Amino acid sequence: MATDQDMYAGASDTSEGRVFTVTGQDWDQIVEGLAEESDERVVVNMGPQHPSTHGVLRLILELEGETVTEARCGIGYLHTGIEKNMEYRSWVQGTTFVTRMDYLSPFFNEATYCLGVERLLDIEDQIPEKASVMRVLLMELNRISSHLVAIATGGMEIGALTVMTIGFRERELVLDLFELITGLRMNHAFIRPGGVAQDLPPGALDEIRGFVALMKKRLPEYAALCNANPIFKARLEGVGHLELDGVLALGITGPVLRSTGYAWDLRKTEPYCGYEDYDFDVQTWDTKDAYGRFRIRLNEMWESLKIIEQAADRLAGLEGAPVMVADKKIAWPSQLAIGSDGMGNSLDHIRHIMGESMEGLIHHFKLVTEGFRVPPGQAYVPIESPRGELGAHVVSDGGTRPFRVHYRDPSFTNLQGTSVMSEGGMVADVIVAIASIDPVMGGVDR
Amino acid sequence: MSEDQKDVVPEPKPPEQPAVEQSPENVPAPPGEVTAVGVRTGMFGASGTPDTSGYGGLVAPIVFPGPAQRPYGGWFDEVADALEGHLGHVVIHRGELTLHVPREELLHVAQTLRDDPRLRFELCSGVSGVHYPDDAGRELHAVYHLLSMTHNRRVRVEVSVPDADAHIPSLVGIYPTTDWHERETYDMFGIVFDGHPALTRILMPDDWPGHPQRKDYPLGGIPVEYKGGTIPPPDQRRSYN
Repeated sequence: MATDQDMYAGASDTSEGRVFTVTGQDWDQIVEGLAEESDERVVVNMGPQHPSTHGVLRLILELEGETVTEARCGIGYLHTGIEKNMEYRSWVQGTTFVTRMDYLSPFFNEATYCLGVERLLDIEDQIPEKASVMRVLLMELNRISSHLVAIATGGMEIGALTVMTIGFRERELVLDLFELITGLRMNHAFIRPGGVAQDLPPGALDEIRGFVALMKKRLPEYAALCNANPIFKARLEGVGHLELDGVLALGITGPVLRSTGYAWDLRKTEPYCGYEDYDFDVQTWDTKDAYGRFRIRLNEMWESLKIIEQAADRLAGLEGAPVMVADKKIAWPSQLAIGSDGMGNSLDHIRHIMGESMEGLIHHFKLVTEGFRVPPGQAYVPIESPRGELGAHVVSDGGTRPFRVHYRDPSFTNLQGTSVMSEGGMVADVIVAIASIDPVMGGVDR
Repeated sequence: MSEDQKDVVPEPKPPEQPAVEQSPENVPAPPGEVTAVGVRTGMFGASGTPDTSGYGGLVAPIVFPGPAQRPYGGWFDEVADALEGHLGHVVIHRGELTLHVPREELLHVAQTLRDDPRLRFELCSGVSGVHYPDDAGRELHAVYHLLSMTHNRRVRVEVSVPDADAHIPSLVGIYPTTDWHERETYDMFGIVFDGHPALTRILMPDDWPGHPQRKDYPLGGIPVEYKGGTIPPPDQRRSYN
């Protein structure tokens, strides 16, 4: 449909030149319409609702023929004001907000926030060992589920639908584990300042071991399907090329950084949650392209399985150990359990505060409604999320609510690489380049 | 009372240890060096409720960690040496080094931090804005987190500007990654980064009025009715802050 007027533009918008609204099966009209123009330069608006843009991402591409001469991103479509909302909730309630930012890596969002709050509270040394091991276990399970989605959606965007279906098949197994451990498939708010919300449920370790054994059978399927597949390699190799100096200048971290051959992983360089006690390797590749990033994600899932096994072994020896800091001024007073009506409740705790201890009731009331105070100051404890350096800049003014929490989300930063990765290439390669960055728009826009 | 208890002479109490010796945190800051960014009234946080205790009249300053004294220890001194004369005050809190930099020195400081072989802070993790409405003359802060991969160190650079003149030189020329981060900080706080190639809004719509993350920008929201009860929006609920 070739018109002189952009039907979606408001009255105040001016649209220069001719405007085409592509609705499908109308390519002939566009070619005819373009033939009248002497200039071959076309500006294509792609998204924000487009199946290949990896979420609600808008791309503004300037094309010459099929070559991209300029690529720009339009973001903000998923901005929900999470950082602003947190300033009106208590420190513990903050975890329910941050978990919704990058919805594919909720445990990482919670962990970096809680580590920051714990540093301000000066209780970093008092976090029980079991809480740290459980955090590591959940984060590595989460890394697997996140990388599976990265590979699955990346495959789907280039037409490899089998990669998508098997990717989501395995991710579902991880989400089942999350549901077993936290009660929720996503948006867990399970990692809390001071530890984690609950102990492991009975039988969880067996389920986890069963999952690891199954994944060891399933992961080779991905390798067999993709690694040497000529079509897959033809689409990915040499696409989204970015050298180390460009990566550092743009602040890009994660698999994109490691695809330049630089083994930078915060789990090794600045260990948190006791990562120095686990045996695993940092995966790198030297091709600096989308294919290398795919292989890194595949290999990192193997490393995560190694860490999960070690964490499960350690948890087996920590049965009954505390999962929350001993300080009763910080730890949530009750432990919830699933009642017969399916709702969480804690009958023992209710009996204690309603029947036995007035002080317990006051304490519960104060901690739940008012929350704890965090000493004034600021902290930044970055962690290695599946997409790179994820850090929460946590500022407290000594109150019961966060004064300011800013997320340095790796998707937001890495997405700046879109232009350098795709300019000069074909328009079809833009999709592959963006998929190799693996941006999650919930984290980009927050 | 029995006989033997009567004879017990209470041991003389040791003189109370001065607060200063109990913990270095108890040392009072020298006058003029305390970084107060506002006041907190009352003891229990709540306001708008009848207070019969009298504690509601308390007024306490909100004090952020004060400037550190030389020597800072470890590599912190190396950084300070390399930037001698270009820094404001230096804060060390919870093991994190914060360099407060006047805005006219920011470009020099950032360039030195990136290029000096002793420092080599190659990676900038971005800009975070903070709005302290009661910190008169320095209401808006831009906070940069820098990472040296060579030496595996982190440093925080903080620049504060008055609300009336919210201009900070852009770091895009030194750390290109700050492009989108500065746009976000402009969008959310209204800090203008001079020299930025295209300082436009990034998350909010282009024609949005106001800067949402500022403290004077309301959260918004409507009361929600649920099972007969009405819950006010979050910013109008009782708070204990």
